[in-house]
Amino acid sequence: MIRIPSGHTPGKTRRLPDMAAVFFRLVGGSVILILTGILLLLVTESLPFFANSPAADFLTGERWNPTSAQPGYGILSLIAGTLITTLGAMLIAVPLGIMAALWLTEAARPAVREWVKPAIELLSAVPSVVIGFLGITLLAPAVAALSGRPNGLNAASGSVLLAIMALPTIISMTEDALRSVPASLREASLALGASRWETMTRVVLPAARPGVFAAVMLGLGRAIGETMTVLMIAGNTPSIPGSFFDPVRTLTATIAIELGEVPMGSVHYHALFAVGLALFVITFLINLAADLVMRRQARLLAPRREKQS
Amino acid sequence: MSQRIHDTRRSKQIRRDRLGRGLIALAAGLVLAIMLLIIVDLVAGGASVLSWEFLTAMPRARLTAGGILPCIVGTIAVTLVTTLFAIPFGLATAIYLNEYARDTWGTRLIRLAIRNLAGVPSIVYGIFGVALFVNGLSLGTSIISAGLTLGLLTIPWTITASEEALRSVPPAWREASLALGASRWKTIRSIVLPRAVPGIITGGILGITRAAGETAPLLFTGAAFSLPGLPQSVFEPFMALPYHIYVLATQHEKINAVRPLAYGTALVLIGMILALSLVAIIIRARLRKRHGGASL
Repeated sequence: MIRIPSGHTPGKTRRLPDMAAVFFRLVGGSVILILTGILLLLVTESLPFFANSPAADFLTGERWNPTSAQPGYGILSLIAGTLITTLGAMLIAVPLGIMAALWLTEAARPAVREWVKPAIELLSAVPSVVIGFLGITLLAPAVAALSGRPNGLNAASGSVLLAIMALPTIISMTEDALRSVPASLREASLALGASRWETMTRVVLPAARPGVFAAVMLGLGRAIGETMTVLMIAGNTPSIPGSFFDPVRTLTATIAIELGEVPMGSVHYHALFAVGLALFVITFLINLAADLVMRRQARLLAPRREKQS
Repeated sequence: MSQRIHDTRRSKQIRRDRLGRGLIALAAGLVLAIMLLIIVDLVAGGASVLSWEFLTAMPRARLTAGGILPCIVGTIAVTLVTTLFAIPFGLATAIYLNEYARDTWGTRLIRLAIRNLAGVPSIVYGIFGVALFVNGLSLGTSIISAGLTLGLLTIPWTITASEEALRSVPPAWREASLALGASRWKTIRSIVLPRAVPGIITGGILGITRAAGETAPLLFTGAAFSLPGLPQSVFEPFMALPYHIYVLATQHEKINAVRPLAYGTALVLIGMILALSLVAIIIRARLRKRHGGASL
């Protein structure tokens, strides 16, 4: 883009400050305000809670029971619920997503891909509440039968639904990463006698590693922040699970269930903002990590790529 | 001897290649199957309750009969507020980033903020909306509170969509306009925006449709279990399709009896989302033809 030195602006507008530029700069800058505003508000709304109970008890307490006579405000079992459902989801979605992206970029015939790709992308348009609902009607009975428990509302079911929610992100970002690998690398590998499979697993995938890592991190962030699916299917039991077939409750589901019913300004109200703050910090760190790794790897790769081309 | 070793190695390589490629085709097929299962099951479960009455009547008998008109109206109203807030804001930010800003630490900070906003969980937007719009600005649980909350959530998407559209305008057009003596703002208004509009609209609508399906941010900002009539202003609570699905699926006292209604509501929501996406694509095609922009 070209820059015009201010002295060269034509006639009338010479002395006036560029009002349009000022306006757009203000709006653009306010994006930072929104992010810091969210953080500040979460902090100020959870401060009254931390004034009474130390942060250490909040993070390491296992008992979340704000409505009992002896209220418990420990989020460890909620964190455990979030961790186990997210872990299960990643175990499913990461291999499945990477393989599906490999197929889309490296193996599918263009005519077939033109139909499959939009169909897969459509998955990201399905609202989470619909996926949660179908989880109740289709998945939960199957999981109940498989596990021999009275119902299928547990961490395993939650994991499957979270995997479905994370898949579109992982697939489309991995695809972008794979597509950015120069064709010459594939051609060189094939010319040396490697098979297509060897080329994609040992040449293309390693070259796309930073992008794939970012895809996984963003999928992870989505799974941790997902609310409706786990609220509807993971069983809503705030305790530390012993297995994937135990019911759990996540950080997100706790806010969703309880915030509607607490009196504004109560300890419980502020405790829920503290849960929100924990959630914000966790997802913020994950996004930041994805960002940093992607950029650092890109910088490391840049000179090497130049040499190759 | 060495030829035979070569042959076995080669056939092993071929076998592995087939196996591997079969495996990734299977993975893609599985994802596709999930998508198909969702659509087929929604249609199978919901088609039988779809009727004119279902779309245009109020719910009756404690949500066990009648239609979902207030949910459709509520979702449309909230989505309109979201659109009016998020699209202009996203566009203005994108204009700043793409047309005015240089690569300074300030703009890098803005981009970092946008990427992180996109990763903030929707339920966190929900509690932010409660604290800011519902309580802080005293807008109460209402269409406007919910619409603005969803608007904040949509901003990262509308910025990205607008920026992509602006970036697709060739720099030579701007340079020609500036060289002829037009100011930067005049150039944006007369040269850049007309060309970028199709992309802005399409990307904007696609972002908005995603917001239309969100449930978590509505939970405490205005969505109601059941209301006696349609909302009369944007300062009243509302019923919404996604929240209604949640209510019928998990909160209702007769869950099995209302299951067909839940399927019908889900089918209507998916139908609306797909229809809106289609509208976006048609708008893009039309405007593209009018402007004759082949590369857009």
